[in-house]
Amino acid sequence: MESAGIITFTSLFQQILVGLSRTTILFIVASGLSLVLGVLRIPNIFHGSLYMIGAFMAYTLTVSLGNTTMGFWIALILAPFIVAAVGLVVERGVLRLLYDREHLMLLLFTFSISLIFSDMVKLIWGAKFRSLSPPLFFQGSVPVFGISFPKYNLFLLILGPLFALGLWFLTNKTKIGKISRAASVDMEMVGAMGINVNLVFAFVFVIGCFMAGLGGALIAPMQNIIQGMDHNIIIEAFLIVIIGGLGNIWGALMGALIFGLTSSIGALVWPQFSIVLPYIAVVIVLIFRPKGILKSVW
Amino acid sequence: MLDGLITKKSFFITLAAFVIFLILPQFLPRFYIYLLAIIFVLGLLATSLNLVLGFGGMYQFHHCVFYGAGAYTAALIVTKGGLSFWLGVIAAPIVSGLLGLIMGLICVRLSKLYFGMLQISLGSLVWVLVFRWYSLTGGDDGIHGIALPDIIYSTQGGYYFTFIIASICLALMYFIVKSPFGRTFQAIRDNPGRCEALGVNVKRHQLIGLVWAAIFAGIAGSLFVVVEGSVFPELLFWNLSLEVFIMCLLGGWFVFLGPLLGAAAVVALRSFVGIYTDYWTTIMGIMMMLLILFLPDGILGFFQKKTHKADKCMTEEVG
Repeated sequence: MESAGIITFTSLFQQILVGLSRTTILFIVASGLSLVLGVLRIPNIFHGSLYMIGAFMAYTLTVSLGNTTMGFWIALILAPFIVAAVGLVVERGVLRLLYDREHLMLLLFTFSISLIFSDMVKLIWGAKFRSLSPPLFFQGSVPVFGISFPKYNLFLLILGPLFALGLWFLTNKTKIGKISRAASVDMEMVGAMGINVNLVFAFVFVIGCFMAGLGGALIAPMQNIIQGMDHNIIIEAFLIVIIGGLGNIWGALMGALIFGLTSSIGALVWPQFSIVLPYIAVVIVLIFRPKGILKSVW
Repeated sequence: MLDGLITKKSFFITLAAFVIFLILPQFLPRFYIYLLAIIFVLGLLATSLNLVLGFGGMYQFHHCVFYGAGAYTAALIVTKGGLSFWLGVIAAPIVSGLLGLIMGLICVRLSKLYFGMLQISLGSLVWVLVFRWYSLTGGDDGIHGIALPDIIYSTQGGYYFTFIIASICLALMYFIVKSPFGRTFQAIRDNPGRCEALGVNVKRHQLIGLVWAAIFAGIAGSLFVVVEGSVFPELLFWNLSLEVFIMCLLGGWFVFLGPLLGAAAVVALRSFVGIYTDYWTTIMGIMMMLLILFLPDGILGFFQKKTHKADKCMTEEVG
């Protein structure tokens, strides 16, 4: 890390790349939250818990598969599916009974579920933190335009746009995506067209949970997997969704970019307060555009 | 005028409760006195949230910012300012009220979920500043061992101070709820559009309500310092705001004393079930889920509906 005060072009470039790779994870998590908020109108607090479960699950799967590169790939695919299954059980079990309640009740209800989830994680994985070193395939750095850049971050950098493209395809080109977009605008009308809204809700919720799990699995090799990581991500994800415009997936992308880039560039300018800068950016954006940058689906 | 506010019966019940809580510490072991004091601190905090939430219908999603701001003000005046703690107790509600005014001016432009979301973002900024500003606030370690005046240093002294201040604040809030302002506030909760049409300045009422709530939360924060002797950034974290919500819902948020009861229930659960198991939050979570599914009016609200005999002056009818 460069010393504070001296900002060279190289260090700036490197920080931008680091910020962009962090943006990928933030975008994946926040777009899931945004999807659920937009279509189901649920401010889902246990989205963060699912992210944490995804990270712990990725750790356990990778380690039990012998900590190989192949094991990591399998964990990366399997962990989100397990998290999505957990989400499906919760949605079909209790959440679907509450769709007509007001937001406040839904907020508290999902918070209650997050309390239970964090206790379950404590029960299964203990209070100790875990750390997963990146698999062999992702260890080391590669030169990018003259600076050495960690391979895993590069992988995230490539994954981000691919994910965004996939999400665009899912929401704009597939039938279920079009139905869920319509449901987010006028759910009753969609029901009147003879579409099983209940099923659409379940599908969207599971996709949202999948994204939380995927985000968790992706962050696993990058930082300590620890109790309480759910609290941090949920507040960040909520802020990203708010500045993007509630329920707008592309707003979530913009929000994630603002969040990721301000904190990584801020690390150069003002190291002590680098994590404060995204929050300042959020407040500045919201003072001028209180309902978010892009149009909310509400 | 007081006749309309308090009936004879409820006056004597309140007086009896006041005397009981005044005498009780003489017979209780220290741990229980401490618990009672914490219940009054959190009860005051939850009631102040309920002022805007239950009676104003505002989605105050990040109320704890004001609580933490009050606590940190009281603590910093002693540790950094080197001044008397009494000054901190006076400064805490002022700082919280100003913070409430600033946040309110930005937030009241919006309503419902947008209001709440904007408040979460502003509150998180305050939290992250406290969390990182090591030179001033001690960062994530917080500030410990704050020097308190001799009178309130002992557990009993702290309890009496907390209890008396909390009682005064609860009484004040009760009068606010019953005042013409409070009535208008509840009318805004039930139908903001009609109030607007009747010539009520909705946004200004909401702003004033928010500032009052922030002031009382700030007082609760300074009382927390009296009881605990320390402050830490978790006081401003979003999770605590949500826990205070739980207290309001648990007791019932259309009932004036509901949040106090809810705070007592949560503290009791944490202290007594927490001895036997680390997983007391699961019990709280399951309780909350059942409550939301089956008793959305909370415990007191349920009994009030059930008996129809509840004292109408101590409690508030659902609109």
